[in-house]
Amino acid sequence: MSDQTVKQEIDARGSACPGPLMELIRGIKSSDVGDTVAVLSSDPGSNKDIPEWVDKIGFELVANEEHDDYQRFVVRKTK
Amino acid sequence: MQDKLNIIVMNGTVDKLLAMTTIVSGAVAMDKKVTLFVTFWGLMAFREGAWQDPAQQTLPAEYQQYGPMMQEAMQKMGVKPWMETLRIAKEIGEVDVYACSMTKDMFGLSMDDLDGIVDAEKGVAGFISMSEGAEVLVF
Repeated sequence: MSDQTVKQEIDARGSACPGPLMELIRGIKSSDVGDTVAVLSSDPGSNKDIPEWVDKIGFELVANEEHDDYQRFVVRKTK
Repeated sequence: MQDKLNIIVMNGTVDKLLAMTTIVSGAVAMDKKVTLFVTFWGLMAFREGAWQDPAQQTLPAEYQQYGPMMQEAMQKMGVKPWMETLRIAKEIGEVDVYACSMTKDMFGLSMDDLDGIVDAEKGVAGFISMSEGAEVLVF
């Protein structure tokens, strides 16, 4: 998945639980079906919360990349 | 039908309010409809501006010694004030906030004295009837 297709990149680093997930949901809400949204999080809780949320809502987790001191999640709004 | 989580917000100390609003966030993220029934000391914390007033950010007496440590850790971690967390939850999901009418009268408060996040006032019977089929937590 190339970065060119990511419609929106949200930097939620430095924000504690549940901040990054909330910002991702906000970003997804304002997106169209088919759009892809990325969120950066330095909160370790996101690594469980975000995939679980994506699973529950039924969207697609396109990528979950580990960086030095943060994680980058890419989510596609599939419906 | 959408799952419902109803919370009786009884306490006005900042630890409980922070935990409560974080749980509300998780609930709306997981697509639950949340209803808060704000009563007693909880309602005092929902007075206009109270959440921004350092003098009103209290902890229960038995945990007071942790106050400075908690404040420092929260700042470092980027934890948002509880009211901001609640506003975001209300923005992304369905969160109804009701003031307990008995408490409101007991403390001599009007709706204008309360933060704008409070949607309306409600009596206990109304809240109980809204809680049919809901999970109920007390905070």
